[in-house]
Amino acid sequence: MQLTLKVWRQPGPNAEGGLQEYQATDISPDMSFLEMLDVVNEKLIERGEVPIAFDHDCREGICGSCGMMINGVAHGPMKGTATCQLHMRSFKDGDTVVIEPWRARAFPVIKDLVVNRGALDRIVAAGGYISVSTGGAKDANSIPVPKVDADRSMDAAACIGCGACVAACPNGSASLFTSAKLSHLGLLPQGQPERYRRALKMVAQMDIESFGGCTLFGECQEACPKEISIDFISRMNRDFLVASVRAQADSARSGGDG
Amino acid sequence: MGLLNAYRSTIGKKAIMAVTGLILVAFVIGHMAGNLQVFIGPARMNAYAAFLQGLGELLWLVRLVLFVALVLHVLMAWQLTQIKRQARPIGYEQRSPQVSTLASRSMRWGGVLLLVFIVFHILHFTTGTVFPAASTPDAMYPAFSHGDVYGNVIAAFRTPWVTAFYVVAMLFLLLHLFHGAWSSVRTLGFVKPSPEPLQRRVATVIAVVVWLGFSVIPVAVLLGVIR
Repeated sequence: MQLTLKVWRQPGPNAEGGLQEYQATDISPDMSFLEMLDVVNEKLIERGEVPIAFDHDCREGICGSCGMMINGVAHGPMKGTATCQLHMRSFKDGDTVVIEPWRARAFPVIKDLVVNRGALDRIVAAGGYISVSTGGAKDANSIPVPKVDADRSMDAAACIGCGACVAACPNGSASLFTSAKLSHLGLLPQGQPERYRRALKMVAQMDIESFGGCTLFGECQEACPKEISIDFISRMNRDFLVASVRAQADSARSGGDG
Repeated sequence: MGLLNAYRSTIGKKAIMAVTGLILVAFVIGHMAGNLQVFIGPARMNAYAAFLQGLGELLWLVRLVLFVALVLHVLMAWQLTQIKRQARPIGYEQRSPQVSTLASRSMRWGGVLLLVFIVFHILHFTTGTVFPAASTPDAMYPAFSHGDVYGNVIAAFRTPWVTAFYVVAMLFLLLHLFHGAWSSVRTLGFVKPSPEPLQRRVATVIAVVVWLGFSVIPVAVLLGVIR
């Protein structure tokens, strides 16, 4: 296969960037999208040019490192996959492929297709944890969890934090990410003690990071390599609103901010 | 201070939009049902209008609630749009929406058009300040007259462009409700997990019924079905 690539090149965080055209030759349809970029980079290196920088690690769709906007679609045309799981058989010989980094104020470009997704880590750090008693390790099944809750919690926990939801959202909202991180804990008994405090803190951090608000376009759910449902966003909103009312009631009872 | 913090967050602002939006959806359904009495005849229509006017303070209370709901709805939309603009200062060179509906993508500018329509509509039928005369006025109902709602409807929609404007505005209402009646409920979290979260049966029915219910009146007048 032969493809024409238009790749966003940007030497550094504050440097001017732009789309640059490359020819990808000798591409096998069995290659992954990242392997295709590897081939292009090999040739760039041979010519003494700077290779295209992109994030990648496990290359099997579980680490959440890779991710780019491919022809205007986060992670490209294949549903339910990360960029590393996208294969070149999804393209036709002679296609032109536009490759851009995730775009959001909260995701500043570091170089070419690499963006800083630290904002997502800070949302998790704000409340994405549970209290665990110290002492001897308990038996794994000592706390009964209804099967439905366990399954839904696992669906939310599938989030790999790649940032495709933010990239695909016309509002640049991190609602799907934050709601998944809230829900995989909030649906389980272990997550109950901090449930409402967690909702307040993680949502507050999401806003501080200057992500946009959710208007339920539904693009995030479609882009998500783990196909996480926007149902979790409704769940996050409910927890956040309940938490806000409870916080108001608490502050009224204790007489102000205390 | 829980509620103040909630107001400052994007979720709180969206929740205000959802609550005020649902109030306006309820109003729009009631307004449509009231309007359809025009098909029963002048006596019934004008009696209904007189009944509403006779409510006195209660009418003004409802108007106040609707006005505050509308102002908050627009204000929150404006604030969230500013936040959205700041959230992605550098846009994509290429972007192809996958599942977002035309309705969801036209909420902002479609909402502005609806606001223009609401202002025009109040000046048109409530105050009679702006009342474009037809080139061939109706013999019985030539101009705006306070108290004669039926006559005003007939007089107004004799003008084809006025009818066209109303029908087009109602198409935007259809789009706005198709997304809004569904997303407001989701925003507030009143939703059960679903295998197809983007499906919206109730909102579709509301949007289509409201669109038909409102559009049928100007069209019926223009075609001479009611006179």
